[in-house]
Order: sequence, then structure tokens, then C-alpha cells
Amino acid sequence: MTDVHDEQNDRIAQLTGDDDTREYITVMINQQLFGMAIDQVHDVFSPQNMTPVPKARPEIAGVLNLRGRIVTAIDMRERLGLEKRSDDAVPMAVGIEHKGESYGLVIDEVGEVMRLPIAGIEPPPSNLDSRWSEIALGVHRLEGALIVILDVARVLSFGHAQRNAA
Amino acid sequence: MDDLLSEFLTETHESLDVVDVELVKFEQEPNNAEILGNIFRLVHTIKGTCGFLGLPRLESLAHAAENLMGKYRDGAPVTGEGVTVILLSIDRIKELLDQLGATGAEPEGADTDLIEKLDLLTAGGNLDAVPNAANDDGDAAAETEEAPLVIQALERELKPGEVSLDDLELAFREAPGPDLALPDAEMPAPAAPAPANEEPAKPAAKAEDAKPASAAPGAKPAAKTDAPVQNQTLRVNVETLEHLITMVSELVLTRNQLLEIVRRHEDSEFKVPLQRLSNVTAELQEGVMQTRMQPIGNAWQKLPRIVRDLAQELGKEIELEMVGQDTELDRQVLELIKDPLTHMVRNSADHGLEMPDDRETSGKSRKGLIRLSAYHEGGHIIISIADDGKGLNSDKIRQKVLEKGLATDAELDKMSESQIHRFIMGAGFSTAQEVTAVSGRGVGMDVVRTNIELIGGSIDLKSVEGEGTTFTIKIPLTLAIVSALIVESASQRFAIPQLAVVELVRAQSNSDHRIEHIKDTPVLRLRNQLLPLVSLRSVLGVEEGASILPEPTNRPIAQPTAQSTEEQPEAAADAEAEIVAEEAAHEIETANDAEAGFIVVMQVGGQIFGIVVDGVFHTEEIVVKPMSSLLRQISTFSGNTILGDGSVIMIIDPNGVAQSIQSDISEQAEELSDAGDEAQNARETTSLLVFTAGSEEPKAVPLSLVTRLEEIKTDMIEASNGRHVVQYRGQLMPLIRVNENVAWREEGTQPLLVFSDSGRSMGLVIDRIVDIVEEELSVELASQREGVVGTSVIKGKATEVLDVGHYLPMAFSDWFNRRDIHASKLSQTLVLVDDSAFFRNMLTPVLKSAGYNVMVFEDGQKAWEALSGGLSCDLIVSDIEMPEMDGFELCERLSADPRLSSIPLVALSSHTAPAAIERGRQAGFSDFVAKFDRKGLLASLYDIRNGRQAA
Repeated sequence: MTDVHDEQNDRIAQLTGDDDTREYITVMINQQLFGMAIDQVHDVFSPQNMTPVPKARPEIAGVLNLRGRIVTAIDMRERLGLEKRSDDAVPMAVGIEHKGESYGLVIDEVGEVMRLPIAGIEPPPSNLDSRWSEIALGVHRLEGALIVILDVARVLSFGHAQRNAA
Repeated sequence: MDDLLSEFLTETHESLDVVDVELVKFEQEPNNAEILGNIFRLVHTIKGTCGFLGLPRLESLAHAAENLMGKYRDGAPVTGEGVTVILLSIDRIKELLDQLGATGAEPEGADTDLIEKLDLLTAGGNLDAVPNAANDDGDAAAETEEAPLVIQALERELKPGEVSLDDLELAFREAPGPDLALPDAEMPAPAAPAPANEEPAKPAAKAEDAKPASAAPGAKPAAKTDAPVQNQTLRVNVETLEHLITMVSELVLTRNQLLEIVRRHEDSEFKVPLQRLSNVTAELQEGVMQTRMQPIGNAWQKLPRIVRDLAQELGKEIELEMVGQDTELDRQVLELIKDPLTHMVRNSADHGLEMPDDRETSGKSRKGLIRLSAYHEGGHIIISIADDGKGLNSDKIRQKVLEKGLATDAELDKMSESQIHRFIMGAGFSTAQEVTAVSGRGVGMDVVRTNIELIGGSIDLKSVEGEGTTFTIKIPLTLAIVSALIVESASQRFAIPQLAVVELVRAQSNSDHRIEHIKDTPVLRLRNQLLPLVSLRSVLGVEEGASILPEPTNRPIAQPTAQSTEEQPEAAADAEAEIVAEEAAHEIETANDAEAGFIVVMQVGGQIFGIVVDGVFHTEEIVVKPMSSLLRQISTFSGNTILGDGSVIMIIDPNGVAQSIQSDISEQAEELSDAGDEAQNARETTSLLVFTAGSEEPKAVPLSLVTRLEEIKTDMIEASNGRHVVQYRGQLMPLIRVNENVAWREEGTQPLLVFSDSGRSMGLVIDRIVDIVEEELSVELASQREGVVGTSVIKGKATEVLDVGHYLPMAFSDWFNRRDIHASKLSQTLVLVDDSAFFRNMLTPVLKSAGYNVMVFEDGQKAWEALSGGLSCDLIVSDIEMPEMDGFELCERLSADPRLSSIPLVALSSHTAPAAIERGRQAGFSDFVAKFDRKGLLASLYDIRNGRQAA
């Protein structure tokens, strides 16, 4: 148990430097609070004029033009196996750069920036849905809520399941 | 020092490439002092620079090579073996340079093997004298083939191991070469390093100094050559250029967005400055793209050497002809086609050309020709690789296809020659009986094809057995910006690269072009063919009638957002985009009918198919942007782009679409086109252009006679010398009205039919183009009126078929007389035999105006009766397919009759298939001309007459 814990902490340390605390941007997806290391987030935007991509895997919400760059948008609800957003809800997106490519993670709402101690992170519970645990770095216990810390690189890697959409 | 070294490496590599090419040229023209001077200078510069940089091994090798060349320059006879050894030395120098580049230091070792040979040749001996070299000479092929291996082995031996004493001694002897080897004034070696040493800090000076130094002793060749003028060029890092190009692409996109915005605001004060920005951007784009352009000759540079080595290896005589080296194309594209081209040239040399003796037996010159040519056509570059070798052996290919189970016997039977030939571009196909070292290395034409298709190009081949094979490659000039057709399917827009689009057809349920179904497969009758169709929806996996867009919030077009205005200017752009898109959506008529739709006819390789889309917008220059790696596995798309209105759309990959539908469509297409061919043969239809002129009654001309359909602005029409003319493609083109009732338009555009012949054109002024139809042409009523062949029923309507031959002399009175056809004043009698009244009526005036006395017969029987009955004539032009007695029979009878056998007989036919021509030849026809090929017919008659006069 502690081994896994350390491993996770190492991973976070790798991603964010080696201070005692980390800054996370918090987002809301289907009433659940998620956090992403702030230095991984490029910008926050409202996804407009999204062009769907036929034959793409279902998680791909589409492509859109963000200030002259083409951004591939990923619907985080789909990625997490959640139900579709209701039609009247206006989604938001978190822009990230990964391996020189621009992606947008489509979420419900963007919240505040939070500074959390590294030591406070716990591994995802073992009974968590595998679709969640495979992209989660860990969980922080906040007052009155749990925040799931996402690993952006894993969110974008669809593993071997990738082929079935082609 | 590092900079100096890397500059030296770049420079030397370039020089060596030039030396390669020059040497091969030199071998062919050993007496060309200029070429030799060039090579000598280059090698000398290399040697000098090596000395300066302290690279003794390179220096001594270059020195030995230079000595031999110096000898040739002084007039010693040039031998093939000498050139081979020099080439090998150059290869070695390249290898050493590569290692130098990799490690920064000259590799250890010596090149005594080569230096010995070079020195021996310099001393006037030949390699036979050297025992181990004798082997090489005796088996030239083996030598060249194995040479690189030998060298490698040598190096491996030498590098780790101790240099043997002998070698050391030799090396020592060689090392001071530059100083000692100056028995005569021929060697300017010390001069070169000397001046360079004075200014070691200036690498540029070194090269400059070295050149004059080398040229000085050999003043003669240097004086003859145009001294290499200092080029006004600058070396720029490729990355810098790439970055510039990306930025310009962005600029173009931003400009397009701005233009869209301003278009909405009529009186915007931005209009003028934006227009200027737009022009400047366009020029900038062109300029920057120009920096990417390189002459294709760069990719060909190595070929003469390769072909030379191949020729030696294979024991063939090969001439490589290169045309259009200056044709420029994008360097990215250039890189990608380099290898395929090399492979194809190797193929031509190995498989295409025969051995010299075989060539002689089949009546060809011993030397085989490979012709490489490149030219621009539209936005593409066309490269062809042609050989005059044995051509493809269809039987062998068939056999192989069967062996490999790529097709069944029955399928093959249905295929045309060219379809069978295309198999060689299929995967894992090589017809060479044995796998030779040269080509058949497992990588075949399929790899070449794949590589070319990867860059959006296509490849095709034509082959005539015994005469040779020609491969034609068509590739886009640049990959970064392409012209694309924007279409709509399932409420979403897509871009289709224009390169693959052959034409657009609009299908409607009540017109001739309607989508029909065979079983569940949609097809379209297009001219003589049934075109297999596939709907873009099904390619994209969207159900009929469904929209791709799942939720209204995601709509790419027409999103009535209640978005806040706080956001960046881009938000405004988006709003604009919506309006534009909405309007566009209204402009186009979306067809929902099952029998209707817009069909984009595409050609991918030899495969032609139609893609059914819901709407067609316009064409646009788009900047291709790669898709993110998450989308790259979708073969249907090749990339995405941002349109002028700011929205992102996907770019359809024609190859991907072709592949995804190949299995069902390719077979079907072939069956259908074969069926189409048969139907065509049975009915012999003619494409007719139907139009009106002067009255509402339709008129028609055979489409094959029309060069172009034009609409000319009325203000372009000028009056000159009492006639109407228009400036057309740099020439004055006379305009002739079909009849006096055709009114000259006052404004707008004037529709014209343009007829061209030998660089001259005339415009026939009409009122309106109605249609193009396929009809079996039979002239029911012959006409008494001039300019009209007769009346035919076309589409159920009586239609006047015009006699184009009547109008041509009206434009140029000498239209038919120009080609000195009146060489002999004696009017000759020509017998024209054709069962079609249309052709009789069309050809008679043509032949008459060419100075023949024309006698007309409507079938072979009647002509035979007249001729055997004593009608004398000088020439016979006959159709092949006729009732009673066909052309072949007539011909055989004539040749059998001693009185008539000497009369030249020209066949007119719609079948110009090789088999038909062969049969015609055997029957005794002098020539075979395609129907409608008026020009060809007159030329043929002219040749026959001149030939006879000469005889």
C-alpha cells in the first residue's frame, strides 16, 4: 500500500517539481470534482463551433479552431463513462499541450485554483471504476468533498482499445 | 574549427555529387576538355582543402585521383577502367567524409588498394598488370557489385587491427604525395593550401583561393569554361524555412478570416488596407513557397552514375536522357520521390531494356534508351520514365497473377491489357525470372506506388510489347497548400483535394443523370460508362438521413449562440462564420431524393468512382494541417484545415476512401466498364454537342470535333477588317456565326464553340449550349443547305447536324490548304467508302478542299464493283465496318487484284485497338486513322502521296 502511495507521489513530483504543495485547477464533471496540475493546463476556453469527426472513437468530441490552432476535443464525460451532458448545458474546456499537439478536455465547469499538499494525495480506491482509476493519479480528501487528480498523459492515451474505433 | 569542418563537409558532398555526374558525362565524351577541367578543379579543391584541414588520408586519395585525371587532361586516352577506379575513389572519399562527419576525425587506415591502382594507371600501365586487379577486370560486373563490400571489409580489418608494416610504409610514401608528386608543372597542389594558410580564419577565402590556383596551370580549360560566377545565394537552415512557411500559412488563414469579416461590412474603412494586406500576403506566400521549390534535377543527380554502374553490371548499353531537370517542386515532395524514382530507373534498366544482342535481333539499336522527363501541368508535376525496351509481357503477368491467386482466369479474361499491366504495381509482384541484384529485391513497384500515393500522387503505366514501357507519375507541386473542393454531407462540410476530382455531376431524378441501383449498389450512367457510386455518408459511417451532429450545441454551421460578447476578436469571427455558413447553406440546393445528389467523380490510380454528397460549395486553397495522433488512424481523412470562415473541417483522403470501398467497387467497376465498352461497340454511339443558334431548333456537332466550349465577354469581341475577332490565348481568333440569325450579344458573355487545328483556332458563335448527348448518329435527311450535313433524330427531336468543314474555311480561307497539300497540281481521284451518310457528308468537303476529286460509295461491295469495273483512282479511304462487304474484305480483294493492288488504302475506324490495326496491316491497308481525326487523315494522305512521288 505504501509502495503504491510513494509511487504516486513520485509521479506527481516528476510532473510538478518537488515542492511540498501543488497547485491544481479544479473542474467539475457530473458533480464530481477533479483536479489537474496547473502547469499542464494551457488555457481554459468555451468550446465553440466544434466539428465532429466521423469514424473517430466516441470520446473524441470533435475538432475546433482555437486562435488559429486546431484543437482535438475530448469529451471527458465519455472518457469517464458518464452519461451525456444535457443539451442546454454549456460546456467548458481545458486546453492542454501534449507531445506538441493541442487537446481540449471538455468538462462541465471550471472551478478555482487550489493548492494542496503532496502528502495529502492517496491512491485511487481499489474498487474505483477502471475507466477512472486508469487515468487518476490519486485522490485528495477535502472538507466535504473528494477531488480526483487526473493524469493528463493517461487521459490522452487510449491504450489498446484505440483500434476498435478505426 | 567545427564550423570550418562542417562547411567543408557540406561543400565537399556537393562537389562530389557534381563529380559523379560529370565523370559519367566525361566517359561518354572523353575529348571534352571542359568537363575534365571541371572535374579536375573539383577534386583538386577537395584535395587542397583536405591538406589545409589536416586530413592526410583524404588528401592522399584525392591526390592520386587528381594525378590520373591530370594525365587525362594532358591527353592520355581515357579508359573505362580508369573512370571506374576514379568513381570508386570518389565513393571511398564519400565514405571517409561520412565517418568524418559522424566522429569529427578522419578514420584511421589507408587506401593503398585504390591509390595503387590509380598510380598504376597514371604511370601508364593498365590494371591487367596487377595480379589481383586482373580478376576485377575480367569480371567487371562482379567487381562493381562487390566493390563496396570489399571496401568495408578492408576497413574493418584495418580499423581495429594494427596497420601492417607494408601498409605503413606505403602510407608514408603516399603521405608527402602533394609535395613530391610534382614531376611536371601539372600539379598545383602546394599552391592551394598555401594561400589558404594565410587566411585561415576565412573559410570562404579558402575555396576561392583554391579554385584559381588549380585553374592557373591548366589555363586552357579554365579559359574555355565560364568561370563559376559567385552565386548570389545564401545557405539557410531548413528549419528556419519550415518555420517561415508555417507562419505564412497562419498568416494566410488569418487573412482569409479578416476578408470574410470585411465582406460582411460593406463600407468598412478596413477594406482598402485589408486588400493591400491580402495582396502582400499572397506575394509573401508565393515567395516563401518558392524557397521550398527545388529543381527536380536534384533528385536525378545520382541517376547517371547509377545507370552507368548498372550498365556495366548487367552488360547492357544504356543511354539515360533527362528532360526538364529545371522543373521545380516542393523539397518535401522531392525528398519523398527520390527513392521511388531511383527504383524505377533501376527497374527500367534491369527489367525493361534487353541485352544488346537481343536488341539487335529485334531491329533496335544496341543502346537502350531510358528517358526521364518532368514538366508542370496545372498544379501538378508530371514525371515520366520511359524505356524503349521489351515492354511488359502480358502473358507472363497473367501467369504470375494466377500463380499468386490475385485474380482468376475468368477475371483476367475480362481485363484489358492495361488492367493486367497494372498488376505489376500490386503488392509482392516481380516478373523478373530470377531475382537479380539490381531490382527484384522484394521491394517492388507496389512500394513505389504506395510512396507516391502517400503524397497524394498517382502512377500509371503504358506498355507496348516490344516497344517499351512508360511510367507516368502525377504528383502535387506542394503538400502544404492544396486546392480543395468543399462539399457537404450529413450537414457537415468536408474538403476533397482537387487533385483527385475529375468532374462534378449533378444527379436528378428526372434527368439523364440519375442514380440507379443494381441490386443495392448505386451506379450512375456517365457517358459510355456506368460509374460505381458510394455515398460519402456511408464512407463516414453515417446513416442515410441522419446528421453527423449529435447535439445542436455542437453544430459547426448555423449555431444561434447566445454567447457573451466579452471574448476575444475570434468570437466575432465565429459569429461571422455562422452567418456565412448559414447563407451558404441556403445557396446550395440540398438534394435529398434517393435518385438525386451531387456526384464528385474521383480518380485514384486507375480506379474511377463517384462519391455522392449532399451539396457542393466552392473550391478553396486550404492549408493542410496534420490531425492529432488520436485521429491519425482514421484512413478516411488525410488532415484537417481551418477555412476562411474560421471553422475546422476534415480533409478527405481519396486513397483512403478508395481503399475502404475497393473490395466491392473495383471489381464492380471493371465489370461495368467492360460491359459499357461492349455496349458501346455494339451501338457505336457518338457524343454530340447540342446547341441552338439563330432559331429554337436544336443543332448538333460531334463533340470530338470541338476543342473547347468558351464563354467570351462581349467587350472582348473586336471588329477588324470587317470581321469579328477575339484575342484568344495570345492569338486573334476569328468568330463566325452559325448563320445570320445568330445575334451578337450586346452584353454579358457570348457562348462559342472553339475549333482548333495546327495551332489555329476559330470560334463558332452560337446562342446557347443545350446538352451533350450520346446518340447513335444516323443522318436521316441529307441536306441541300451549305454548312449542314443533314438532319438526325437526337433525343427524340429532329436536329440539324452541322458540317464543321464548311465553317473552317470561312475563318481561314486556306484552312485545309496549308499543309502544302497541293504539292502536286494534278488533282487526284480519291474514293471514299463509308456506310454512314454523316461521315460521307462530313469528309467529302474536307477532302475536296484538300484538292482531291472525291468519289463516294456507301459500302465495300459498290466500291469494289466500280473499281473492278475499271474506275481509276489514286487513293482509297475506307471505313471498316460496313454492310455487304466490310473494309477488310474490300482491302483483301483489292490487294489480290494486280491492277488495283498498288492503290494506297487508308482505313477509317473507330477501333484503333492494336489488334484491329494489326489485322488492317495484314489485310493490306497502308494506314489506319481514327474516325473524326480529320487532321490525321489529311496528314496520312499527304504522306502517302509524297511517298509515292518520291518512289
